[in-house]
Order: sequence, then structure tokens, then C-alpha cells
Amino acid sequence: MAETTESARVFDLGKVPLRSLNQALHQVRDGSNEDWEVLNPGGSHSVAVGVDSPVAIAVRGSVGYYCGGMNDGAAITVHGSAGPGVGENMMSGAIVVKGDASQYAGATGRGGLLVIEGNASSRCGISMKGIDIVVGGNVGHMSAFMAQSGTLVVLGDAGEALGDSIYEAKIFVRGEVKSLGADCIRKAMKPKHIERLKGLLEKAGFGDVDPASFTRYGSARKLYNFNIDNADAY
Amino acid sequence: MSHRHPTTTPRQSATFDEYTLSEIRRAAATGIYDIRGGGAKRRVPHFDDLLFLGASISRYPLEGYRERCDTNVVLGTRHAKKPIELKIPITIAGMSFGSLSGPAKEALGRGATIAGTSTTTGDGGMTEEERGHSQTLVYQYLPSRYGMNLRDLRRADAIEVVVGQGAKPGGGGMLLGQKISDRVAEMRTLPKGIDQRSACRHPDWTGPDDLEIKIMELRELTDWEKPIYVKVGGARPYYDTALAVKSGADVVVLDGMQGGTAATQEVFIENVGQPTLACIRPAVRALQDLGMHRKVQLIISGGVRNGADVAKALALGADAVSIGTAALVAIGDNDPHWEEEYQKLGTTAGAYDDWHEGKDPAGITTQDPELMKRVDPVLAGRRLANYLKVMTLEAQTIARACGKSHVHNLEPEDLCALTIEAAAMAQVPLAGTEWIPGRGGF
Repeated sequence: MAETTESARVFDLGKVPLRSLNQALHQVRDGSNEDWEVLNPGGSHSVAVGVDSPVAIAVRGSVGYYCGGMNDGAAITVHGSAGPGVGENMMSGAIVVKGDASQYAGATGRGGLLVIEGNASSRCGISMKGIDIVVGGNVGHMSAFMAQSGTLVVLGDAGEALGDSIYEAKIFVRGEVKSLGADCIRKAMKPKHIERLKGLLEKAGFGDVDPASFTRYGSARKLYNFNIDNADAY
Repeated sequence: MSHRHPTTTPRQSATFDEYTLSEIRRAAATGIYDIRGGGAKRRVPHFDDLLFLGASISRYPLEGYRERCDTNVVLGTRHAKKPIELKIPITIAGMSFGSLSGPAKEALGRGATIAGTSTTTGDGGMTEEERGHSQTLVYQYLPSRYGMNLRDLRRADAIEVVVGQGAKPGGGGMLLGQKISDRVAEMRTLPKGIDQRSACRHPDWTGPDDLEIKIMELRELTDWEKPIYVKVGGARPYYDTALAVKSGADVVVLDGMQGGTAATQEVFIENVGQPTLACIRPAVRALQDLGMHRKVQLIISGGVRNGADVAKALALGADAVSIGTAALVAIGDNDPHWEEEYQKLGTTAGAYDDWHEGKDPAGITTQDPELMKRVDPVLAGRRLANYLKVMTLEAQTIARACGKSHVHNLEPEDLCALTIEAAAMAQVPLAGTEWIPGRGGF
């Protein structure tokens, strides 16, 4: 069973099944300001998915797939690395990964903030729909593929085909971009972009990084309506 | 005196027939492939190629209108805390709000509810009309994840992970800009008026090992309450069914090539995937090989039109069927009432399939506020309920004639085939023989 200390409800996944943790988190009602602590996640999948209350959850170790999936309001901190799909389809709230993240970080996320302090693998922010993602290191290939809305900030480098088939999402990269995907182009950094980026960096704990050192990328909007003469671009 | 030699009658090519010639001319003029809605229109072996044997001396029938022939089906008994029980083994297939109008979706919900069955969302999220008027609503989990959110996931009665569909196994989708109204755009988080692509692969999993983890996440998200379906197109039904079961599915939905789509390339619809009839037995065999037949339920779709089709699908081993095109026809799609307007669009009632253009005279496959007023959701829902009841009565009639007290008791031994192809696909004897192609070395 879960233990309750003075400061937090503690779930030791070495002792209790994942299902009891998630069910308990789903039963939290509005107004609760309890802190939660998850010990020995041991790479478990689906840790703290579908939490719809503004609680703070500290996960002490690395997690498998889909940690914080569909999160709607919780503040989750992973004191380790995260497997594929961390924060997938996040609605609101915040997820911070202290280590690295595998593929599809923040996939289809609709809101909230996902911070990966280390590197993120391929397809980071794929099909994102409003989430803000800040990556302290590098992102792999096909990141922000078909990204619809939201912001992807990369303090390091980006892999091949960044922003392929991007819609209205915004991408800011401080380092090198190996290549841009279809319909993704470099764009001017206007004061409003620097202002927005500054705020995001501060929220993500990177307030000391100069927003003017980033390059902005976004959609050329040439593939928004099908045209046979653009077929070679696909 | 001059002699006129007799001439031969002008001969049209069977290879370059009238339709083919018109398509070549259309392609040459426009430079783009033909996009349309619906499923395969070509003739393929189908349920029409099977017949029931009926009762005789060796089997006795049940009395119509007197002796019970049950039709209920329970879906999701494998893992879900709250399986779904339907009164009839006919469900309404997933069709998106966006491709269909709001009133059309409402009508589907109303009709399904009256008939005691489920309806299904589509690639565009869940609308209030649909949730409010559907007693049992299956929420599709699609690659695009348009409109996907935690609240709707939890207020669904089941979740259907869509891997593919019969009209286009391996294909994604494209909702063209002309159907993207403010409401559709908002639900899909995209600007109004632009083409909206639906990806062909899920963004955060690939392959059966990942799918197993994804299904587990969906169960954790919903506290293991909801049945999880996996929908596949009729590509490799044996392996797809086996892998869906391995991945933890409660229900497998298998859609043959006659199953419709909102919009896809004609060349895709007509040339990719297998006929529904060819898909059922391999899927059932996969379930049997795994010891999961009747434990993981099988829903068959693609070209189901009447109670005979329902009975045949069940006799081949399905637990239920699903209808899409037929349901749209029941609520008014392609109705001759609008013939004058179909003519103006260069088509005719029964053949109209440019659903992606948003000009549907029947007000069903459109987002035009004026056209969609033509669908009265209450009346159209009643029509769908009537149709579902007729199909159920028809299936019961056949089942009783075969001596079955539940439609699920129908079996392959109740069937014969009219063609060798159908006999081979359905693995039932050719009529008048004991020959099942592929069995006994022949």
C-alpha cells in the first residue's frame, strides 16, 4: 500500500502495482494540494497517466513509455530519463524530465509545458497540437513532424527533417539544424518571438539563456492545399 | 452496281471500357488522381455468393414468431471491467464529424440507441450531439488524434484503436479544405480552409510490441473499465488478428475492401485490400488457433447490407458486424429524392461519391449549414432504427430456419457457396458438392 508521510503520499512501485498508483491519482479531487512521490519506477510504462488534478508528482528514477500521458493539470517531475511518448497528448500542467527522453516526446500534446533537460530522441513533438516543449539538449530526426500548434524550443541541435509538413507550430533552435523537412523554412526572429521565447525559457528553468541566440523555423504554408505541381515535395 | 460490304458492329474494349476511358481523359485534363468516398465498387466475391442450407430431416427449424432466437452480443469480456452488451449484433461504424454533418452524426446516435446498439466516433473527435444521443458510444483512437482528449476518453463506452480500414489499408486520409468549417477546424486544432491530413501511422507507437504498451496505457487512463477494440483493414487478416490479440485487444474489428471511407484515391480503394468475404475465415482461424474465439470478439464490416449478410458473417464465426455505408443510405444518402441536384453535380442518385467536396444534396457528407438542414436527426434516426430492426429480423428468420436459438449458433456447416472463389474464401462447400477448395489436397 501507499505510505503517507508528513510531506507526501509515497507509492513504491517496487511494492505496489502500477494500477493502484494511477487509480489513486485519478481519485484526487479538486482542492487537494498533496504532494506525491513515486519510488522505484524501474522503467515502468504509463506511470502517472491521465492525472486530472493540479498535484505535484515526483518520480524518483527512470520511466518507460507514456509517462504522464494525457496529463491534465499535474506537475510531474521525472528524476531520471523517460521512455517513448513522455507527455503524449498532454492537455495541461507540466512535466519535467531531468534526464533524456526517447522517441515521440510530447506527441500530439495539446497544452501544458514539457521540459526535457537532457536530449530528446526522434519525432519529438510529433503532431503537437498546442503543447510547449523545451529541450535542454538536442532533438533527433523528424522532430515537430506535422506539428499543428504550440512551440518546440531546442537549446542544442536538431536532426534531419525538422518540422516536416509543419502547420502552425513554432520552432526555435539555438544550435545547428541538420536539415529542414518539407514546407519548413527559416523565419525572422521578431521582437514578439523573442519575448515569447524569453517567457518560455524562464518557465522551463533556462532563464539565463539568451532568446536572441535562437533561430525560428515554421511553415512556408505552400502545402496547405493540395496542388499536383507540388507532388515532388511530398 | 456497287456492293457495300457488311461492316462489323463497333466493338468496345473490355480492357478499355467506357469508365476506364473516361478516367484516362479526366486524369489527362486535371493532372490529379480521382478522389472519392465509399468503398470498392468493383464486383468481388461477397456474401451474395453464399447460401444457407436451411433445416431438413437432419436438422429441425425453430418456429418463427414463437420460439426465441436471441441476438444479443457482449463485447469486451476479456479484460474490461465494464463490457458492452448490445441487443443486436449490428453496430454503426466509425465515421467522423467533419466528413459527416452534425445532424447526420446525431441521427446515427439516435438510430443506434433506439435499436439497442453502439455507434462510433471518427477522425475528428467526439461531438456533444453524438455523445448526448448515443447510449453506447465507441471512441476511435486514430493516428491523427484530432480532438482526442482525456474527458472524452473517459466518457466513452469503449475505445477503438484504429490501425487501418478496409477502403485503404496502409493509407491515411485527407479532409479537403472546403469541408473545414470553423467548428471542424477548432476540433482539429488547424486553420480553417486548409487540407487536413490524417497520418497513416500512429505518432507514438509502431508494431505489435508497442501496441501492447499503448493498449495498456489506454487501460490505465480509464482504470481498466473500457473495452479496447483494435480495428484493422482487410490486409493480412490472420496475422493482424493474431497480433491484435497478442497486443491485448478485447475486440478485433476487421474491415474488408468494400468498407467505405470519407475520401481516398479511387486507385487505392479499388486495388488495395481484400474482400470482406476473404477476411473472415482467416481471422476466425487466428482466434481459434490462439484459443480466443468468442473470448476476443470479432466484428466484421465492409459491404454488409441486409440480415442475410449479417447471418452469413456470424455463421463464418464473427460475433457482430458493423455498417457504415448502409447506415448512411438509411438516413438518406444517395436518395433519389435529390436526383435533380445529383444531376447538376454530374452524377446520379446511387452513384454519388464525391463526399469530400462537401456538396452532398442529402446534407449528410457536408458542413454546409443550408444543406445539413435537410437531415432531420429525429426522423433520420428513426429510419436507421427501422432498418437495423429489419436486418435483425431477417437474420433471426434465417437463424430459425437453420434451427438456431441464437444468431451466434449459426455455423459454416449451415452454408454452401455458389462459386469456387466464394467456396475457397469462406471455406464452405461448393453448392451441390462436398468440395471445399484447399481442403483434402485439392
